[in-house]
Amino acid sequence: MSPRPPVLEWRDARIRFGGAPVLDGLNLSVAAGRSLVIIGGSGQGKSVTLKLALGLMRPDSGQVLFEGAPLPGLMQRGQNRLYAASGVLFQGAALFDSLTVWENVAFRLLNADGVARKPARAAALDALAQVKLEPSAADLYPSELSGGMQKRVGLARAIVARPRVLFFDEPTTGLDPSTAATINALIVDQVKRLGCTAVSITHDLISARTIADEIAMLEGGKIVWRGPTAEFDQTDNPSVRQFRRGAAGLPDA
Amino acid sequence: MDALARPARFNPVAAVGALTLGVLRTVGAVSLFAGRGLGAALSGPWFLGQLGRQLMAIGFMSLPVVGLTAVFTGAALALNIYTGGGRFNAEQIVPQIVALGITRELAPVLAALMLAGRVSATIAAEIGAMRATEQIDAMRTLSTDPFRYLVAPRLLAGILTLPLLTAVADAIGIGGGWLVSTLSLDFSPAVYARATVDFVESWDVVSGLIKAAVFGFIVTLMGCYHGYTAVGGARGVGQAATRAMVWAGVLIFASDYLMTSLFTER
Ligand SMILES: Nc1ncnc2c1ncn2[C@@H]1O[C@H](COP(=O)(O)OP(=O)(O)OP(=O)(O)O)[C@@H](O)[C@H]1O
Ligand SMILES: [Mg+2]
Repeated sequence: MSPRPPVLEWRDARIRFGGAPVLDGLNLSVAAGRSLVIIGGSGQGKSVTLKLALGLMRPDSGQVLFEGAPLPGLMQRGQNRLYAASGVLFQGAALFDSLTVWENVAFRLLNADGVARKPARAAALDALAQVKLEPSAADLYPSELSGGMQKRVGLARAIVARPRVLFFDEPTTGLDPSTAATINALIVDQVKRLGCTAVSITHDLISARTIADEIAMLEGGKIVWRGPTAEFDQTDNPSVRQFRRGAAGLPDA
Repeated sequence: MDALARPARFNPVAAVGALTLGVLRTVGAVSLFAGRGLGAALSGPWFLGQLGRQLMAIGFMSLPVVGLTAVFTGAALALNIYTGGGRFNAEQIVPQIVALGITRELAPVLAALMLAGRVSATIAAEIGAMRATEQIDAMRTLSTDPFRYLVAPRLLAGILTLPLLTAVADAIGIGGGWLVSTLSLDFSPAVYARATVDFVESWDVVSGLIKAAVFGFIVTLMGCYHGYTAVGGARGVGQAATRAMVWAGVLIFASDYLMTSLFTER
């Protein structure tokens, strides 16, 4: 019997926008049920790595595979399989500002799955409760919410259809420490409870240590270190040491 | 001589070549976008709630401004034709020329221009802001095609409502001519009305409505395309809105000339 393929795999992915390559032969994979966090400095290509995995960008060369099958081209249909199985929390939450909170959370159910409004609303309220939001928030518009609440609504929208794969783009950036801790806890809770595979990018090390089973460090368009979270604080890898020092507010070694 | 002081040599052939390539690339991109949008608009399944919203926002909310434009244009046109006709002792031609000018040309073009001002910039700003805040990416990951959810309802609303607005502008514009002719030019109300009805052929009206459907497509397409392809945050959204409006205007006039020359019996 052949082993199960990784849920997601970047195979020698390269991409450039005019100048120097942003990703220069990225190799990385995530096994089912694991939570991988990709860290790296600003502008190192973390967001691009995530966009490749979501089929929102194409690599110039190399491949991204979902459950062993390469993602099809942008203009083709057939990313449906990936999207049907995943939930994404975008950096700015990316809530639809013309829709109410519950319509945002239930967007997939209403518009892709053909669920009627009543059961869709019930499912949305359920997801909102899981992220500790009161039902009274359901009929507000995103512009009436604080940044932290928007993130929670975004999380509710990501989990409402019980996805197998969760993506988090900078889940705690721009949040105060206590809200960030809440979001981290919610993510851990969801990943553990739903048994999801999770891919996150962040430069918040506290968040990374909390939500990751494994950490991968992106630098110069490649993965320069990868290992279990417990080993991250022990490794002598110079890039990782540098990153740890920077995160702790220490001067460069 | 110092190399720095010398201006870079300008190569006109290369410049023309680069410009041509740029234009071709844009035409290609717009055509692909239009094809995808039309495909989604014509094939269904449709997001009827979104379509209803856009019919209201694009069509119904444009009625007052289109109506006002039409009544003043019809009235001014009547006065001008009266002056011009007077030079040939042919003042009685006013109702016929007003009707022809309004139905074939002015109602569709002016309604389209008003729509371009009101709607194309709004669409570009809406969709551009959604692009800038990753809402379009989010929509795709929620298994919903933005071409179906965002683009198709707007294109359809433009194609369906601009002919209706134009029909209203036909009536109101001719009414404006009638009003000023009977109030200040000594036309008999009944004679003017009779002359209009006897003269106008159905093709005068229908050709104007066909133009309007094309213009409705152009106005909404420019809004959607420039919004969808906006880059660079708030500033990019502003630029997208301006571009959408300008290009909608230019393409309205260009396609108007093309269609008019097609529709002219020679
Ligand atoms: N669509 C694009 N067009 C042109 N350049 C891009 C595009 N997307 C990303 N880039 C460039 O790729 C590089 C990596 O960007 P990316 O957003 O992935 O960085 P990041 O690691 O997420 O940084 P940050 O932590 O600041 O978000 C940057 O230099 C950026 O300018
Ligand atoms: Mg980023």
